[in-house]
Amino acid sequence: METVRGEESLSNSRLSVSLAGLRLANPTMLASGILGYATETLERIVEGGAGAVVTKSVGITPREGYANPTIVQTNCGLINAMGLPNPGIDEFVKEIHEAKNTLNVPLIVSVYGFSTEEYAKVAKKAMNAGADAVELNVSCPHVKETGSEIGQNPKILTEVVEKVKAVVDKPVFVKLSPNVTSIAETAEAAVKAGADAITAINTVKAMAIDTETAMPILSNKIGGLSGPAIKPIAIRCVYEIYEHVKVPIIGCGGITNWRDAVEFLLAGATAVQIGTAVALKGPNVFKIVAQGIDAYLKKKGFRSVNEIVGLSHRS
Amino acid sequence: MLAYRIAANQLRTTRILSVKTESPTVKTFTFKDKVCVRAKPGQFLMFWIPGVDEIPLSILDANEDGAVSVAVKKVGEATQALHNKKTGEIIGIRGPFGNSFTLKEGKILMVGGGTGTAPLLFLAKKSASKATKLVFVIGAKTKKELLFIDKLEEICGKRDLVATTEDGSYGIKGLATTPLESLLTKERFDVIYTCGPEQMMRKVSDLAEKHGIALEASLERLMRCAIGLCGSCVVGKYRVCRDGPVFTASQLKEAKSEFGVSKRDFSGKRIPLG
Repeated sequence: METVRGEESLSNSRLSVSLAGLRLANPTMLASGILGYATETLERIVEGGAGAVVTKSVGITPREGYANPTIVQTNCGLINAMGLPNPGIDEFVKEIHEAKNTLNVPLIVSVYGFSTEEYAKVAKKAMNAGADAVELNVSCPHVKETGSEIGQNPKILTEVVEKVKAVVDKPVFVKLSPNVTSIAETAEAAVKAGADAITAINTVKAMAIDTETAMPILSNKIGGLSGPAIKPIAIRCVYEIYEHVKVPIIGCGGITNWRDAVEFLLAGATAVQIGTAVALKGPNVFKIVAQGIDAYLKKKGFRSVNEIVGLSHRS
Repeated sequence: MLAYRIAANQLRTTRILSVKTESPTVKTFTFKDKVCVRAKPGQFLMFWIPGVDEIPLSILDANEDGAVSVAVKKVGEATQALHNKKTGEIIGIRGPFGNSFTLKEGKILMVGGGTGTAPLLFLAKKSASKATKLVFVIGAKTKKELLFIDKLEEICGKRDLVATTEDGSYGIKGLATTPLESLLTKERFDVIYTCGPEQMMRKVSDLAEKHGIALEASLERLMRCAIGLCGSCVVGKYRVCRDGPVFTASQLKEAKSEFGVSKRDFSGKRIPLG
């Protein structure tokens, strides 16, 4: 069964998209870093309507992440510095196996590394375990020597993408950081190196200080801002990337309702990822957003979601 | 699954109003907080110890006068640092989070182990007027670690407070589960509420099932975000911070491969319960 369980309105062809060869029943996806350790949790997200899921970022060895506080709730979203906690790829392959056998939507494994070799090794193991694609995390803003420190340097980024592409035969997505001078140039570098799709954006580097104690709240001091506050930034990034690359773009950043999602599609995204809104709206947020997109398409007389991808670039 | 307003529950700082030593390892901290004062029994909060850690704690009490308290057992670096805190020192609060115990009428049995007694004491205070009978079984390693005995005796009466200690220094020698079989055979309870070590709660829930009695148990897991995003606290398909911490017997049955068996460590790896 390819469609979202029990949701007739979501099983129509109007919503289905092809993403670098992956078939999604609807364009909503779970963003990396949200839940995503355990198959049973991912299952619930799929029941909630997600057209695909992305796991937590996984690396070559286990990582405990940072001490609490790892999250700050703000007026306009969340700042987090979890520190990439994950059980390491050798442990995680069990979860990938199980998830692959259980979930009826594409499974994308998010991968990070502290070197080109680590990215390649982890990506290969994830693919061998059953991942339908990998998403390279070259954009985490709060762990040194990986994440955005890779993605901010076009030369290293190129090396990482090329190396991963050389060892895997399934799609490679590259998730980019907005914390660069030109995200379009970064996207171009990733695509030139072989990226099959671009995910934009990861969190925006951010910080919060408690006024009473005059102390940074996060134990890591600096984290990444997600949620409604970053949506306009993400829309701009997707719009710029769309003008520079030909591969599909996955829009991410502050989507909480169908209108947000449609805005991303109009900016040039083929699919969208949702994270923070799982807290704001619950796991059924995917269903709600997808139904909203569907209603919009119907009202506007479009036969397929693909017809509105990048539509705003006409003007 | 209800919507959640992230902005409505931001970290705020407050001063410790009082510190009370409850046992050699447990202290109660009281502070004022306008939001947590509306907390219901079973809910928890995230307690920021500036520069050290942020930890989840069950709410022990929330009074009309605006005072909120938590009971803290010294188990590691963060709780040790908190035990060193004095009246007047600044701490931070997020919460309350999670669901709460359902207040029920009729004959009520509560089974509390260790600091798991804290949320049950809060619940007992709220349930006392509704219950036709309220029996409280409290367990600890030794007499000195039996928590809130006086308050519980006030609420339940001496006859309906059953204490157990592992070393036999007070009450019945054994675990909190030791007297349950005979209690459940003698009396027909309408509901069992439990909080404490998870293996204990697993046993309590098995007994509840055997005797056909409704059960609610409050679980504890590693917590980071406390708002249902990070996945650190998952048990089966449930997130303890958002779907719990209080679960019904049927929910626990769905999660039986993990309830009383395993938890996730800081890396997200499934490990056996210690």
